[in-house]
Amino acid sequence: MDESILKARGLTKAYGALKATDTLSLEIRTGEIHAIIGPNGAGKTTAIGQLSGELTSDEGTIYFAGRDITRLPVHKRACLGLARSFQITSILLNFTAEDNVAMAVQARDGHSFKFWKSARTDRKLRVPAREVLKEVGLADRADIIADRLSHGEQRQLELAMALATRPALLLLDEPMAGMGPASSRKMVDLLQTLKGRLTILMVEHDMDAVFTLADRITVLVYGRAIATDTPENIHTDPAVRKAYLGENG
Amino acid sequence: MNRFQLTLKTCILIAALVILIGLPPVASALEATFYIGLFSRILIYALAAVSLDLILGYGGMVSFGHAAFFGAGAYVVGILAFHGIEGSAVISWPFVIMGTDNALISWSVAAVASAGLAFVIGAISLRTSGVYFIMITLAFAQMMYFFFTSLEFYGGDDGLSLFTRSRLGHMDLSNDAAFYYTCLGLLIGFLLFSRRLVNSRFGMVIRGCKENERRMGALGFPTYRYKLVCFVIAGAGAGLAGALMANQTEFVSPSLLHWTVSGDILVMVILGGVGTLVGPVFGATVFLLLEEFLSRYTEHWMLFLGPILIFVVLFARRGLYGSFVERKADNG
Repeated sequence: MDESILKARGLTKAYGALKATDTLSLEIRTGEIHAIIGPNGAGKTTAIGQLSGELTSDEGTIYFAGRDITRLPVHKRACLGLARSFQITSILLNFTAEDNVAMAVQARDGHSFKFWKSARTDRKLRVPAREVLKEVGLADRADIIADRLSHGEQRQLELAMALATRPALLLLDEPMAGMGPASSRKMVDLLQTLKGRLTILMVEHDMDAVFTLADRITVLVYGRAIATDTPENIHTDPAVRKAYLGENG
Repeated sequence: MNRFQLTLKTCILIAALVILIGLPPVASALEATFYIGLFSRILIYALAAVSLDLILGYGGMVSFGHAAFFGAGAYVVGILAFHGIEGSAVISWPFVIMGTDNALISWSVAAVASAGLAFVIGAISLRTSGVYFIMITLAFAQMMYFFFTSLEFYGGDDGLSLFTRSRLGHMDLSNDAAFYYTCLGLLIGFLLFSRRLVNSRFGMVIRGCKENERRMGALGFPTYRYKLVCFVIAGAGAGLAGALMANQTEFVSPSLLHWTVSGDILVMVILGGVGTLVGPVFGATVFLLLEEFLSRYTEHWMLFLGPILIFVVLFARRGLYGSFVERKADNG
């Protein structure tokens, strides 16, 4: 077995004449934090959508844990251990924080055609849910309706839901989106604690966060990967500096 | 705060239960037995409304075709009873199904048949959502309406009269009070079942789908399947209500499947409280009492219902019960 958990080859997705991703190839190694950066409109979110299965690729193949998942729908990929968080917070707003995470735990605990036993007192769901909430620092907010949480807390909850499915690969679409400096810092610290334990592919605009966290970085421009390398090498890569970081970046 | 609401809720539920249980003897004593029939009708519509709220309030599926399952349940009982009296078979190929007036059989068949119909309609309709879902469920219900209208053998437009009410063990359902208590028992049973359901793992998935279906998919839930099963359960509930309705009036006709019936049930749910289990019961009660008493003064009683409904939608968005009793939790 090779050590890469996800291999995408030649992914293409076109909207009319515009190719949002253009023969994009990616390889994610088990255990790394891999960041995708690129200017606005580079196709980062499209790529995440193709990998998670919300968008069907026009061309290309995706192998996940040695299995061809190119044609699998979202929920089947999720069950294989491919979890994602959303750029625009996507949680169950009228559920409590704990119910949100319990829902994610339930997703990995077999089918849910169980009509009788209460899910609200089920220790098999509640205990792991509370553990994950504690891990992301929301332990004392468990009973708050998600709607009433601050933006930063909702982002943490979003991450908690993805974590609770015990994913083999976590796709994070701008985990720091819309956060102030203080909450961003907290999120970076949180992701730092996951480093080494989880394989993460993240799209992020916050360069400080990317260069702190990532083991490898892929730079995307007009849907094409122009470079994939360590942060140090990316920082000095002339093509990247020209295309993305700007002349004096 | 929470404890206060809990007691208020408990008080209201106990009061409602006491009134409903005590109604037949009191009505008989006051020689107003008419109310037993009226309230039987209320309990039956309440059952249909609760089943609609399972998909509407908990699953977020705005179905405008619930009368199809209600009417189909009624017709199953009517047709079985018709052949039961004749002693003939409903169908004789590939297997023989004889008619019957045994409630245990015909009411069960009604629920199962409506569930089957809900499976077919739901399997197609649930591929759409939003306004399209409303329209496609309405279209299917209208198809069923015209289907039964064209069943000349069973009375077509004119409907079909039942010779007697169904037999249920040793109970005499032709006794209005006995029938009333049967309806009450089935309604309470369905409410208790629904309460377990919405708090079970299945129920949480359904409610999650209402909140954010995309997220539920990303978590790994095949949302379509869960919604379809919920739709089928609601169809079975409405079918059972229809079976009771056929017995209440001892008559079935296509008017039970008319789209205005779907609308009435929808209004009952909204009036009582979307996303609460007991709410639709209150909604059905208020709706049918208003209909009963206002229509004594004017046939345009809807003129008065309209403003009330607008008031509820504007100022008490979670319905009469939902806004005043169960503000936050909707766990039944």
